[in-house]
Amino acid sequence: MQLVEGEREEILACVKEVLGNNSKTRENLIPILQQVQKKLGYLPALAMEKIAEGVSVPAVDIYGLTTFYNQFRLNPPGKHQVKVCLGTACYMVGGDITLESFERRMEIKEGETSPDRRYSLDRVACVGCCTLAPVVVVDDQVEGKVTPTRVDGIMLALEENGESPGEQKSGTEEDGNNGEN
Amino acid sequence: MGKTNPQELYDKMRDQAQELVQAGKDKAQVFVGTATCGLAAGAQQVKENFVNEIEAKSLDAEVIEVGCLGHCYAEPLAVIAKPGFPPVCYGYLDEGLVHRLVEDFLAGDDPSYEYALAALERNDEFPTFEDFPRGVYEKKLILENCGFTDFSKIESYIANDGYSALAKALSEKPEQVLEEVKAANLRGRGGAGFPAGIKWEACVNGSGDEKYVICNADEGDPGAFMDRSILESDPHLVIEGMILCAFAVGSHQGYLYIRAEYPRAVKHVREAIEQAREKGLLGSSILGTDFSFDLEIFQGSGAFICGEATALVNSMEGKMGLPESRPPRLVEQGFRKKPTVLNNVKTFAYVPMIINRGAEWFKAIGTPESPGTAVFSLVGKINNTGLVEVPMGTTLRQLIEEVGDGLPNGREFKAVQIGGPSGGCLPQSSLDVPIDFDSLHEAGAIMGSGGLVVMDQDDCMVAVARYFLEFTQHESCGKCTFCRLGTKHMLDILTAITRGQGDAETLQLLKELSEDVRDGSLCNLGRTAPNPVLTTLKYFEDEYKAHIEEGRCPALVCRDLLLYYIEPPKCSKLCNVCVGSCPTEAIYTRDDGLKAIDQDKCVKCDNCRKACPPEYSAVIKLSPPVLPAEKERKAK
Repeated sequence: MQLVEGEREEILACVKEVLGNNSKTRENLIPILQQVQKKLGYLPALAMEKIAEGVSVPAVDIYGLTTFYNQFRLNPPGKHQVKVCLGTACYMVGGDITLESFERRMEIKEGETSPDRRYSLDRVACVGCCTLAPVVVVDDQVEGKVTPTRVDGIMLALEENGESPGEQKSGTEEDGNNGEN
Repeated sequence: MGKTNPQELYDKMRDQAQELVQAGKDKAQVFVGTATCGLAAGAQQVKENFVNEIEAKSLDAEVIEVGCLGHCYAEPLAVIAKPGFPPVCYGYLDEGLVHRLVEDFLAGDDPSYEYALAALERNDEFPTFEDFPRGVYEKKLILENCGFTDFSKIESYIANDGYSALAKALSEKPEQVLEEVKAANLRGRGGAGFPAGIKWEACVNGSGDEKYVICNADEGDPGAFMDRSILESDPHLVIEGMILCAFAVGSHQGYLYIRAEYPRAVKHVREAIEQAREKGLLGSSILGTDFSFDLEIFQGSGAFICGEATALVNSMEGKMGLPESRPPRLVEQGFRKKPTVLNNVKTFAYVPMIINRGAEWFKAIGTPESPGTAVFSLVGKINNTGLVEVPMGTTLRQLIEEVGDGLPNGREFKAVQIGGPSGGCLPQSSLDVPIDFDSLHEAGAIMGSGGLVVMDQDDCMVAVARYFLEFTQHESCGKCTFCRLGTKHMLDILTAITRGQGDAETLQLLKELSEDVRDGSLCNLGRTAPNPVLTTLKYFEDEYKAHIEEGRCPALVCRDLLLYYIEPPKCSKLCNVCVGSCPTEAIYTRDDGLKAIDQDKCVKCDNCRKACPPEYSAVIKLSPPVLPAEKERKAK
C-alpha cells in the first residue's frame, strides 16, 4: 500500500525511538515489533527493513516473524477497524455469514484495508465472549449477536460518524447511498 | 537481630489487609463483573449507571470492578453486598434495572429478589448458587474467587489467606513443596495431563543454577477462555503458584507468556506483579528470606502453535514458533538452553491450595488417576453458557444436562465437541463417559484446552470438522510435511464434500490421510489435528454419505447444498421485511403480493430467514437445492 504524505518520516522516527528504548537483541525482536506496530498501527516494509538493520538480523527473518504470527499486520489499519470473530461458538451461529456481509458492504476481502484507508476488515479467533456469538469488534467496541441486518446498522453508523468535520475526508463513497454531508 | 520469620511477616500483612477489607464492608458494595465477557455485554455502561445513580442519591456505597463469575449467560452481572443482607447476585442488568436496584435495595431495604439470580451466602430468604443443580455438581477451586475478589487490590487476595501458602512454604524446605505437589498427583492442565511434580523434579535435577519458570497463557483454542478469565479475575493466585514452583525448583526468574489478544489479562497481571513486588512477595528476599524470584510478562503474538512448549520457548527467544523434537526436554534444556518448567495457568493456580490444604485433600477430589477439578468453557447450544468447574470424573451428561441446564428450547442433542481443534466430537452414546484425562482420550477426544461446544440437529458435522481443520491447517507451522501438506489436502477433500462432491473412495482417502498426518507429525498440533475428522467419521459417517451420495446437508448448513424458499401459504401480503433485508435484491413481489426469491441472485446469506417475523416464518431452507415439483408450480 502506498505511503501517505509524511508517513515515511513518521515511520523512521518511530523505529528510531523504539530501538532506542530496547536493547537490540534477537530476544527483544518480538517486543520491538509489537511496540512499533502499537505506535504505527501496522508494520510497513520500511519499518521492517530499519528494524532488521538496527538489530542486525536479515530482513527476511523479520518478514518471517511478521508473517508467522497472526498479531502482526502488514497493511495499515483502516480508520474504522472491524474484526469479525470466527471462534468456534461464533462460527457455529454463522460468523462466516456476518464476515461475508461486511465484505460485501466494504467491498474488500478479510485481511484487507480499503484503498482510502477508511475501513479494514479482519477475522479473529475468539475474543473470549462466546456467549454473545456471533461477535464483531468495531473500533475496540465489542458488538454481540451481530446478524447480517445488524451489519447494515453498524456500517450506517460508521458512515455517519465518519463524516464529521475536521476529520479526514474519505476519497470515495462506500455505498453510493451516503451522499455529501 | 535474627532472621525475620516469613510467617510472622505474613501474618502482620494479612491482619492489615483484613482490617482494610473489613472497613470496606461497613458500607454497601456493588461488585460489577468487568472481565472481557462482561464488558462485551455492556458491563462498563452498567458500572457507570451504578456510579451515577449512587451519586445522584448521595448514597454511601462503593462500586468495585471484579472479574468473571462464570455465569456468562446472564451478563452483565453484579453482586450487591449490603450490611444486614446476604450478598445477592443479579444478572441481565441494564439501565432500568440498575435504577431500580439502587432505589429499592441500596436506598431502600428491598433486595428485589425477583431480579436476583442467587445469593452468595446461606440465608433464610433466598437460595444460593449451590442450591441449583449446577451448584450441586460444581466444585470451584481455582475459580473460587473469580468474580468475588477485587483483582486490582492485592489486599483482597491477602485478606482471603492469599500468599499464606507462600509464607508456609518459605518456613519449610523447597523439597517439601515438591513432595506435596508430587504426592497430590497434580496433572498438567494444558491438555496432555503430565504430572507437574515429576516435571518439577526433573528440573530440580537439571544442570546449572540458572532455571526458569514459565506460565503458558497462550490460550489459542478458539472457544476456550478460562485462562484469560483466571488471569483477569484472580491474577495473584497464578503468581503465587509460580513463586511456589520457583521456590521448589530453585528458579529466580519467571515469565508469563500471555496472548497479546488478551490486553486486559496483561494489564491485570502487570498491576498484580507490581503490587506483589511492593509487598515484598516478589523480587529479592521474599518475605524477608534469602529466596529471590521475579516475574516478567512476555506477550505472545497470536500463533496457535505457541501453546506447544518448545515452540513457545522458541518464540520467547525471538524466533518463529516452530516446535523442536524432544529430548532434550525443556526441564533439561529450555529457555536460553537452561532447565525450564513450563506449566499452564490452571496448573499453577492449584499449587497454593495444595500447599495450604495438603495433597490428601486434593486427592480426595476427582478420580484417583486424575485428581482435582476440570474447568470447561461451555458454549454452543446450551442454556448456561459460561465457565464451569467440576470434579474430574463427572460425566458429560451431568455436565451438559445438569450444570449446563440442557439445550435451549427443547432442541435435540447431537454431539459435543471437546478440546477444540485438537479434540473430537462425541455423540449421544458417549455421554456417560467420565471426564478425566484417560477416559476422554479413549473415547477419541482429549481434555485439551477445556473448550466444550454443544451441538444440536442444526449443526452439520462435516462443516464442523472442516471448520477445525481449516483452523489447524492455517496454524500449522509448516515444519513437518504431513502436517503442512496433509492438512491442506484433508481440507480440500472436506471442502469438496461440503459441496456434495466426492465418491465412495473419498471417505477412505480422508481416513487414511488423517491417520498419516497423525503418525507423521512431530508435535501435538499435527498429531491431534485429524481428531475432529476421525471422530466425526466414526460417529457420523451417515452425514458424510448424505453429502456425497445425495448432495444433501441434513443439518441445512452447507450452503452449496441448499436453497432458500418462501412458502406462499405462510407468507403475508402485508409484510415487506424480507425484501428490505436482502443485500442482493433477490426477493421480489409476485403478482399476488406474496414474496419469492430469485435463485440466480440469492447469495444464501440467511438475512431474509432471520428477518421474517416469527408469526410467519415463511422462509425455509431446502436441501438438496432442488425445488420439488409441487413447490415449483406454486412459486410461479
